[in-house]
Amino acid sequence: MTKNRKNDKIKIVYSILAIVVIYILLKIAIDGGILNRQYRSLIVPIGINIILAVSLNLTTGFLGELALGHAGFMAIGAYVGALITLNMNASVYVELPLALLAGGLSAALAGLIIGIPVLRLRGDYLAIVTLAFNQIIISIINSMKVTNGAQGLSKIETYTNYKHFTSAFILVVITIIVIRNFVHSKHGRAVCAVRDNMIAAEASGLQVSRYKILAFAIAAFFAGVAGVIYAHNVSIIKPTNFEYTKSIEILVMVVLGGMGSIKGSIIAAAALTVLPEFLRGADDFRMLLYATVLIVMMLFNQSGVRDRLLGKRKLLSNSKNVKGE
Amino acid sequence: MALLEVKNLGISFGGLRAVDQFHVSIEKRQLYGLIGPNGAGKTTIFNLLTGVYKPTEGSILLDGISLVGKGPAQINQVGIARTFQNIRLFHKMTVLDNVKVALHNQIKYSVMEGVLRLPGYFKREKEMDKKALELLEVFNLHEEAGIIAANLPYGKQRKLEIARAMATNPKLILLDEPAAGMNPNETEELMENIRFIRDKFEMTILLIEHDMKLVAGICEQITVLNFGTELASGTPDMVLNDPKVITAYLGE
Repeated sequence: MTKNRKNDKIKIVYSILAIVVIYILLKIAIDGGILNRQYRSLIVPIGINIILAVSLNLTTGFLGELALGHAGFMAIGAYVGALITLNMNASVYVELPLALLAGGLSAALAGLIIGIPVLRLRGDYLAIVTLAFNQIIISIINSMKVTNGAQGLSKIETYTNYKHFTSAFILVVITIIVIRNFVHSKHGRAVCAVRDNMIAAEASGLQVSRYKILAFAIAAFFAGVAGVIYAHNVSIIKPTNFEYTKSIEILVMVVLGGMGSIKGSIIAAAALTVLPEFLRGADDFRMLLYATVLIVMMLFNQSGVRDRLLGKRKLLSNSKNVKGE
Repeated sequence: MALLEVKNLGISFGGLRAVDQFHVSIEKRQLYGLIGPNGAGKTTIFNLLTGVYKPTEGSILLDGISLVGKGPAQINQVGIARTFQNIRLFHKMTVLDNVKVALHNQIKYSVMEGVLRLPGYFKREKEMDKKALELLEVFNLHEEAGIIAANLPYGKQRKLEIARAMATNPKLILLDEPAAGMNPNETEELMENIRFIRDKFEMTILLIEHDMKLVAGICEQITVLNFGTELASGTPDMVLNDPKVITAYLGE
C-alpha cells in the first residue's frame, strides 16, 4: 500500500513536469515562429477537441451510454459565452472567466434537463434521443433573435486565439484533472458500476439515476466550456457549426482513443484535429484520404490507441509513460 | 419477532401465477434454505424481496419495516443484499473496486472532496481499501484484489459476489445458487465461508440451492417450493424425507 502511494506521488510529479514541458514547447513553437500560420491556428482547436473528447468519454466510456448530442451542449456554451462578452465592457480577466462559468453552467443545466427524461432509455434509443436533442438546440438557436438566427454571432473578441493560448491550455489541464479525479473517486466508481451492471449496482444500494444524471451534467458542463473557448477562438459562430456531424466527429475521437481511456481521448483528439490539415496537400482527395485513414486506424487498433501505446512503453521503460496524464 | 416476516406474498405475470400465498419467517442468525424444482418460483421470490418485482399482494417486513413499494437500492439500504443466479459482477472493474462500490453507502465523502482531492478523500479511500481487503480475505480473494473481475475463475467470481453483498452491511443476505458450477472442493470451501460469515458477522442467510448436500449440511430450516406455492417446510431431515417432496423432484 505505501509503495502504491509513493508511486502515485512520483506520477504526480511527472505529470506536472510533463504539463510544464508541453506548455514551454508550445510557447517556443508559437513565439519562435517554428510553426507556420496554418499549424499555429490549430493549437487552440486541438485543446477544444481534447476537452470535448475527454468529457464525452465520461458519458460514453465510463457511463457506457451512447450520446450523440455533445455538440448541442457545446453550442449552448458558445452562444451563452459569446453573448456575455459581446454585451459586457470589462477586461478579459472579468469577461472570460464569467463567460466560461456561465457557458459551462447553462450547458450543465441543459444536461440535467436532457438527462432526466432519457434515464429510462438505453443504448440505441438514447443515442437517437440525444441526436434529436442536438437538433432541437440548433433549431432554437436558429429561430431566436438574440442569437441572430442563421447568420449567427460575429465580432466576438478573440480572447482565446493562438496568441492567448494559455487560458485554453489551463482549461484543458483542468478538464483532464477534474474528469480523471472524478473517475477515480467513489462517485466515478459508481458511474462505472452502473455501466458494468445496472441491476447489480442497484442491488448494491446505488441510486442509479443519480449517477447517470451526474455524469451527464459534468460532461455537458465541459462541452459548454469548450464551446466558450471555441466562440472566442473563431470569433464567428453559426448554428451550423454545431450540427450533429460535430457530435459524431467527437464520438469518433472517443472511439478511436478507446472507450474509458482518458489518455487515448487526448491523443486521438489531437491527431484527428491535425490530420485534415496535414492532408491539405492532397487537395480534392483530402476528405477521401481522411476517411480512409480513419478506417485503417480503426482496423489496426480495435482495442484503442491506449493499449498499444502503453504496451510498447512498458517495454521501453516505466518512467517515460507520463505524457499527458 | 423474526427478522424477516413474509406473509401471503403473491405475484402474477399476466395469467401466470408465479408465486402464491408464500409465507416465511426467518429468525436472526438463521441459515434458511429455499429449494424446489426448476421453475418453482424461487428466484421470483428473491426478486420480490429485493424490489425488482412489485408483489401483486402480501407483505414483507424486515425488522418491522415494510419493504413493499421500495426500490432495489432502498431495500439494500434497509438491509437486504443479494447475489445472482447468473453472476452479475462489475466485470471491467478490479476485484477490489467491486467491493468498494458496495461500500458506497457505508463510507462517504462529497463529489467536491473527490474531484479536488481534499484530505477527506484520501482518508476515506484508505478506510475503504482496508475494509474491502478485510472482506476479501474472508473469501481468500485478497491476493487477487488487483485483478479485473471478469478474469477471475468461475468459483471465485461467485465468492466475490458474496463478498460484495456483505460489503453493503446487510442484516439479511440472499444467495441465489451460490454453489452452481462449483466442483466438490469449492463447494466444501463455500460451505465453510457461509458458516463463517454467519458466525463472525452474525448474519442471517436465505439461500436457494440445488446441491442437496450443501442444503442438508448447513441449513437449519428449509422451505420447499413447487409451482409457486409452499410444498413443505421444516428441518432438513423432515423435509428431505417427505414423500411429497420426493415426488415433486422425481415424479410418481
